[in-house]
Amino acid sequence: MPVQSYRDALNHAMREEMDRDPNVFIMGEEVGHYNGAYKVTQGLLQRFSERRVIDAPIAEMGFAGVGIGAAMVGLRPIIEFMTFNFSLVAIDQIVNNAAKIYQMSAGQFHVPIVFRGPGGPAVQVGSQHSQALESFYAHVPGLKVVMPSTALDAKGLLKSAIRDDNPVVFIEGETLYNTTWEVPDDGELLIPLGKGDIKREGSHVTLIAWSKMVWVCLEAAKELAKDGIECEVVDPRTLRPLDVDLLASSVQKTGRCVIVEIGWPVAGFGAEVAYQVQRLCMDALDAPIERVTSDDVPMPYAKNLEDEVQPQVRDVVAAVRRVLYLD
Amino acid sequence: MAQIIGLPKLSPTMEEGVLVKWNKKEGDKVSPGDLIAEVETDKANMDFNIEDDGVLLKFLVKEGDTVKLGAPVAIIGKAGEDVSALVAQAGSAPKAEAAKPAATPEVAPAAKPDAAPAAKPAAAPAPKPQPAQQKSAAAPPPAAAGGKLLASPLAKSLAIELGVDLRTIQGSGPGGRIVERDVRRATGNGHTDPSTAPAAQAAPAADDAAFDEPKTLVRAPRALANLPALSDHDYEDVPASNMRKRIAQRLTEAKRDVPHFYLQRSIDAAPLLAFRARLNELLGDRGPRVAEPSSASSPLKVSVNDLVVKAVALALRRVPECNASWEGDAIRRYTRVHVGIAVAIEDGLVTPVVRDADAKGIGAIAGEVRDLADRAKKRALKGHEITGSTFTVSNLGMLGIERFTAILNPPEAGILAVGAVLDVPVVQNGQVVAGKRMTVSMSCDHRVIDGALGARWLGVFADLIEKPESLAL
Amino acid sequence: MVAPVATSFSSRPTTPESARVEDDTADEPSATTAAELAPLYRQMLAIRRMEEASAKAYSQGKIGGFLHLIIGQEAVCVGAISTLQKDDYVVATYREHGHAYAKGVTSRAILAELYGKKTGCVKGLGGSMHIFDRETNFLGGYGIVGGHVPIAAGAAFAAKYRNDKRVTLCFFGDGASTIGGFAEGLALAALWKLPVVMICENNQYSMGTPLYRSVAVEDVSLRALAHGMARDRFDGDDVVKVKRRIADAVERARTTGEPTLIEVVTYRFRGHSMSDPGLYRTKDELEEWKRRDPLNRARARLVDTGMPEADIAALEDDVKAEIEDAVQFAESSPVADEYKKYVIKDGEG
Repeated sequence: MPVQSYRDALNHAMREEMDRDPNVFIMGEEVGHYNGAYKVTQGLLQRFSERRVIDAPIAEMGFAGVGIGAAMVGLRPIIEFMTFNFSLVAIDQIVNNAAKIYQMSAGQFHVPIVFRGPGGPAVQVGSQHSQALESFYAHVPGLKVVMPSTALDAKGLLKSAIRDDNPVVFIEGETLYNTTWEVPDDGELLIPLGKGDIKREGSHVTLIAWSKMVWVCLEAAKELAKDGIECEVVDPRTLRPLDVDLLASSVQKTGRCVIVEIGWPVAGFGAEVAYQVQRLCMDALDAPIERVTSDDVPMPYAKNLEDEVQPQVRDVVAAVRRVLYLD
Repeated sequence: MAQIIGLPKLSPTMEEGVLVKWNKKEGDKVSPGDLIAEVETDKANMDFNIEDDGVLLKFLVKEGDTVKLGAPVAIIGKAGEDVSALVAQAGSAPKAEAAKPAATPEVAPAAKPDAAPAAKPAAAPAPKPQPAQQKSAAAPPPAAAGGKLLASPLAKSLAIELGVDLRTIQGSGPGGRIVERDVRRATGNGHTDPSTAPAAQAAPAADDAAFDEPKTLVRAPRALANLPALSDHDYEDVPASNMRKRIAQRLTEAKRDVPHFYLQRSIDAAPLLAFRARLNELLGDRGPRVAEPSSASSPLKVSVNDLVVKAVALALRRVPECNASWEGDAIRRYTRVHVGIAVAIEDGLVTPVVRDADAKGIGAIAGEVRDLADRAKKRALKGHEITGSTFTVSNLGMLGIERFTAILNPPEAGILAVGAVLDVPVVQNGQVVAGKRMTVSMSCDHRVIDGALGARWLGVFADLIEKPESLAL
Repeated sequence: MVAPVATSFSSRPTTPESARVEDDTADEPSATTAAELAPLYRQMLAIRRMEEASAKAYSQGKIGGFLHLIIGQEAVCVGAISTLQKDDYVVATYREHGHAYAKGVTSRAILAELYGKKTGCVKGLGGSMHIFDRETNFLGGYGIVGGHVPIAAGAAFAAKYRNDKRVTLCFFGDGASTIGGFAEGLALAALWKLPVVMICENNQYSMGTPLYRSVAVEDVSLRALAHGMARDRFDGDDVVKVKRRIADAVERARTTGEPTLIEVVTYRFRGHSMSDPGLYRTKDELEEWKRRDPLNRARARLVDTGMPEADIAALEDDVKAEIEDAVQFAESSPVADEYKKYVIKDGEG
């Protein structure tokens, strides 16, 4: 099976969907002539012209709203945020308009739109550019929130997101663009939103993580396997809707659960996951559910401090050992 | 670079296995695909083929040891490589954290597999209450702490399942919380989670003071079985094999979860016996021989059971509603007919499968059944040969059983229990005459098969048996 | 208690004279006929009666939440929307009952919505601030000031993308002129030359703060200049004039695709919402504006066109009956009953 980068997978997903549906267009800063700040939209302008690949000025609130208005009357916009940190100046559009128009109009209008772009800390870009905002968006009814961890998921989920009739917040891993995965060359590769995936099977403890943290968990699982500890790594892939059945069935099996997220601890999405797991798996739990998160601070710049703040493999290993009462 | 080889997953449901036999010796050179050992899983004896290149430097388990999935079994590398570090690592496995910071040399030898019959659960001494690092080691038993019993939810449900009195257990978790491993230790069933066995292994290296804890708090039935002198009971606990546990679990689930009902019918077996006699006469010595050399001496004969299997398959083809299973929100109707045959083997039973039995000739079925049964008794069946049946036949007629009912083999919706052919008086044209009758009982999953449907199927089946020539059509 | 800061910065009356558009020719009524004016007058009257009925129901506790009335400003929405075709889009604020009615939403559907009934235009899910109607292309009432301006630009973007010649009218108040959504929506409409008419209904106050205490340059339409965009500014008390001036901008949008920013000077007679005691303005100021009531003015002009008084009275009776029926309909409708259905839409489109 062909191996593809996460970046190319996203690019192909958009290209295929734009080929398929003339109502799909992409709008954002530097998406056209610059070929994308992270080159995710590379080549799309040449293929689809300025009518469908639209360079927007620095006005996130403005072009997010333009996308919503266009979606209300039948187009299917993809709005790229150069990074999701900039979505905060458009959050009124996403939360007050995109998420609510279907409800406010009692179903007369819906908003088939994708807000996509990279999220999560990159490397040494400071506190304003190093944030995981999925918990903000996952809080909002009326939105779907997608967090792909692999090129395969990125492609299949983005295609589904573009075809979805609801506003989808699609947060890509800023440090995952160069990662590769086997991706079938299939124009109908659709991964349903709301279906999680078991990235590694194991029987002793369930690790729940999304986006980049899936990779950290897989690394930790490898390390723990040397000690005979078999971790099951479960990737919900979409936070809203959340595949609670998959998470619960895994924890039912293992009896132990560690949730790993790169966001902040307070009111982070992992807290919701922990609630759902304890609700559904109370009698199967052998230890309190553990969470591994970033430290509760704005991201520092210095490399050593930045590493210190974010969840590392060793932190996951330590949490697993705690739920197994090994320390 | 030498590396540890773990026990691979050899069946879909396997969680541990018994290393029955090493097919290689330490020092042997191996290539990917080489058979290095045989492993008894919950389903069958499986081949353990290695996926690496190199020399088997060290075996970490002995024949007869129970090993959990993924646990170290051997070290492979280049000839002459020093494996002591890896041996230590494998031996101290999940206790590695304790050994890591200082790489304490005292830990390694204690955990060496050579020194470790301790690694073998059956021979393990009663595990000590958690020593050394357990902050709670000195805590009183939870029951004593103001009558409040601290146990994890899993420990509680497990205790009910295993019939363990939590008040008799010392908890090893924080604040004396009883956790899964404590319950499992109390039953000697300690190998299903990694926090149990390795912790017990590491125990000798830990604080000796902990050894003074009274041993009576922890009971290990396996150990008792080996040391009857310690027992004040007039019974013996025979450890259940993987297969026994699996059978217990599956049949309990089936009888509990599937709404069974039963249909019985007495069938005139005289034509069937006559038909069988003619077939075997025709076969003579020319019958197909079973591939297995051991049975080459006896030519194949068609049995009543072979004919029953064929009749079952044809009946399923004619009444496909019974070739089905319950899927929660749908009835799955199978397009192919695979008949499972319950075969008794030492310590249990297996159900090998005759695939597409409706399309196979009677001779072919007879040959296949003989082969499958022979290999089942030797535990030489492959995983795919014991899965995928859509209906099962269980025959105790050869053991003189007149009639019985069987428990369904999920997800199948039907199983046919076949009794012996008996000489009985029958009424024919108002006269009592000698006849031959066979009684069959069909167990049905009522979610899939209703009474009338089951009766229809049984009617078709009876018709085929009573007109056996139709089996050859 | 801390003394209010900076409220004495400036203080001046907001009279029709001070707000008067200097370069406007407002006193030269546009020529019209009874055939043109009668339907406009009827709509204005129906909106006035509907708003009054709402206020009454609110005082009786039958309508809850926020209720923003448009009484005094009816000529703007009626005149502007009368220039549109059915396919054209309207995007409005939380003070949008009149705009919805002018676009074709029935008084029954609007009042039932205000009453929180199942038969309301959005089944009791939206209330006063969130009227939507797919049938008439009324793209909604929005409660976040200025947040809907980019949406209007988006509807216009879709029209340009499909080249379907539809025009979008976007209404907002003078209070929206200071927020980012307005600035960005305006900038993008100008940059991409989107067929939208941005209509600032300058009713003198953003809630209780007069425009001269909100912005340094009180002429909101001047913002167009920075974007190289067409602009217009005029008094909004003559419905015929509103219709003529907006029609020019709609025509520009439809034929050239270019946007226009228009400021219409008007005045609301009621408070910002039902809980507004109106301490920020004097009774005299209010009375002075009421003498220019656009509804009275439209009626007077209708008389001037030669329409018989009896016909006008019949029209007024008809309106009275319509609103009484709508109130009766709202009162007797079943209560709203579903709130989970319209969160996430199933399937793909």
